[in-house]
Amino acid sequence: MKRRLATIANALAVFAALMMVWQLVIWIFHVAPFMLPPPLAVARATVAKFPLLLQALSITALEAAGGLLASVVVGVSVALLFAQSRWVRRMLYPYTLLLQTVPIIAISPLILMWVGAGTAAVTLIAFIISLAPIIANVTQGLISVDENLVDLFLMHNASSEQMLLKLRLPHSVPSLFVGIRIASGLAVIGAITGELYAGSARVGEGGLGYSIFYASSQLQTDYLFALVAATTVLGFGFVFLMMFLEWYFLHRWHESARAPDSD
Amino acid sequence: MSANESALMVELTGVAKKFPNGRTVLDPLAIEIRKGEFVTLIGPSGCGKSTLLKLISGLTPPSQGTIRVDGLTPSNAREMISFVFQDATLLPWRTVLQNVCLGLELERVSRDRQRKRAGSLLTLVGLENVAASYPRELSGGMKMRVSIARALATNPRLLLMDEPFAALDEMTRDRLNEELLRFREEQKWTAVFVTHSVSEAVFLSTRIIVLAPNPGRIHAEFPVDLPIPRTATLRTSPEFDLLAGKVSRSLREAIAQ
Repeated sequence: MKRRLATIANALAVFAALMMVWQLVIWIFHVAPFMLPPPLAVARATVAKFPLLLQALSITALEAAGGLLASVVVGVSVALLFAQSRWVRRMLYPYTLLLQTVPIIAISPLILMWVGAGTAAVTLIAFIISLAPIIANVTQGLISVDENLVDLFLMHNASSEQMLLKLRLPHSVPSLFVGIRIASGLAVIGAITGELYAGSARVGEGGLGYSIFYASSQLQTDYLFALVAATTVLGFGFVFLMMFLEWYFLHRWHESARAPDSD
Repeated sequence: MSANESALMVELTGVAKKFPNGRTVLDPLAIEIRKGEFVTLIGPSGCGKSTLLKLISGLTPPSQGTIRVDGLTPSNAREMISFVFQDATLLPWRTVLQNVCLGLELERVSRDRQRKRAGSLLTLVGLENVAASYPRELSGGMKMRVSIARALATNPRLLLMDEPFAALDEMTRDRLNEELLRFREEQKWTAVFVTHSVSEAVFLSTRIIVLAPNPGRIHAEFPVDLPIPRTATLRTSPEFDLLAGKVSRSLREAIAQ
């Protein structure tokens, strides 16, 4: 406990030092507030526009969560298809790679054209960008079952349904969480990037990405800083939430998810 | 079926096995195992002893010859066969009790009966106090006991074991050997056991078959007429040493060929 307090105190000290350096840079070099606002101005903007900031944060969070959820549902389904045969995998796997390598910025105008600006387009972008790691990891988990376990199930005349539900699916859960951990970071990035292009159907209201774009065009640099900090908080929050879920579901049996104080 | 045939648990006639790449794993061979026997297959690697187990279990078809398990084809006889693998092959996401239930669950036995049967087997193998633990919390020897309990839970009449104790230290292995024979006193299953260890073979078996490698074939057979029940003191007796010496010599010849 004492140690934890010390860690927190250290982190706060580093934060305070950084703020001081920031303030000093502004004083020494006479930086204009629209180029680099002082830390206090950022804090004031955060407080003053807190309801707006919270709204932007929740819009982006919902889009990222929606995209992530969709990619889990679709990704697991595709992985189940891939696990059926090597032939299907060979035929379709290159397209998953395509999904991973296409620059999201390049296809956002298309999506904007097809779906129209707004939450749906952004959710779709978050979904596309977070899909590939789910497919890849779950497929790997489904097909990498120990051969002896398969033999064991065959010895008991297991049906293909039992083989899937009692062996392959539970075996792939740790890989699913590896995929989700990667995908959750990507979904947030996807949502914010998406908002820069397809941000909002209404002027002045939208998620973090849209608000960043809007704030910069209005030269509200202090609010812009607050928004950037909010994106970081959101990304961290997402990844931590997923890591918690992973721990919650796996810590009892899986080696990788051991609680630090369990042994 | 005549009365004579029903005394046989396993019958291999002219059974040979080639891999798809054309390599011969097993030359044609014949093996008859009577009900109640404990037969050990011993031989150097490449003699096809694990392949023999897979053939008997029906997991692999033979390239030629016929296999009968209690008069049935291996795949029709699966309900009376259990397999114990070299690793414990437990499902890590299931508790010990749930692991022991697995075979019964796959065979759609009612949950009540699963629990009852699994519970009594955990008592038999001395693990009733870790029923709610997960496999990763157990030692290697305990995992193997769970694996044996799982195999026995479906009440098999033929137990196939592929080097089940190979990964364990010698003391644990000796103790599990003694326990395995104790488990057998209650349920009279027939056993086909694969091992590298001569002393394990002599201690457990009623008959030892020495296999020679490349391609696999029968090199020699030794009946083991040491007194039953067998206890730890048997290992230090002159009869045990004599037989172990004979099997070791035969094994050396088989490798040298």
